[in-house]
Amino acid sequence: MDVTVLLFAGHRELAGTPSIVVSLPQRATVDMLLSALRGRGEGWAALPRSVSVAVNREYADGDTVLVEGDEVALIPPVAGG
Amino acid sequence: MTWTDVTYVPIQPAAVLERVGASEDGAVAFFMGIVRNANEGRPVSGLEYDGYRRMAKAQLSAIVAEAAERAESDRVAAVHRLGPLGIGEVSVAIAVSAPHRAQAFEAARFVIEEIKKRLPVWKREHYLDGETAWLDGHVPATERGGVR
Repeated sequence: MDVTVLLFAGHRELAGTPSIVVSLPQRATVDMLLSALRGRGEGWAALPRSVSVAVNREYADGDTVLVEGDEVALIPPVAGG
Repeated sequence: MTWTDVTYVPIQPAAVLERVGASEDGAVAFFMGIVRNANEGRPVSGLEYDGYRRMAKAQLSAIVAEAAERAESDRVAAVHRLGPLGIGEVSVAIAVSAPHRAQAFEAARFVIEEIKKRLPVWKREHYLDGETAWLDGHVPATERGGVR
């Protein structure tokens, strides 16, 4: 199954792209996705050890199970206001 | 009626104020965040806000709905700016009207503090010496977990 990963701020600069599509096994979790991303090497390997994630625009944790077509955003520490 | 927006268009403070107010309200609290000319002693020439706009809109709506419930007033308006901003520009504006001042102040404070905690927006400062840096922020709490 494919999920879309969105990157922002410093994460986007590390990865060198604002978004990618990643293929994962069925019932993969957020943590499995993060491992797959770090395994891409280069800037991806430098993603912080602890990353906040949103699935379909809601904050989610590492155990969240993904489904085909999910929009997964890596959320750096937020700095609005 | 509550009102929220996350926008690349400059914020018009008077237009935000016009979103609140009712004949039973005796108080309006209004807060603005402004780009200042220095951070931790380092001169700043300007900054840019990056945002996950669709999620930020949903989060800001949820924050404002919680504030409205606490204030027992649905007259709550909030807008956050994205994109490049110069010194003195408005980054965020929040207006609350309520029957009494304590509710209005408390709700406005709640909205800005929750924005700081969980709005998916990021700030890059541009310094006078030409360097730039993404500011350290707040790690948002997970709102839901487990298998779905």
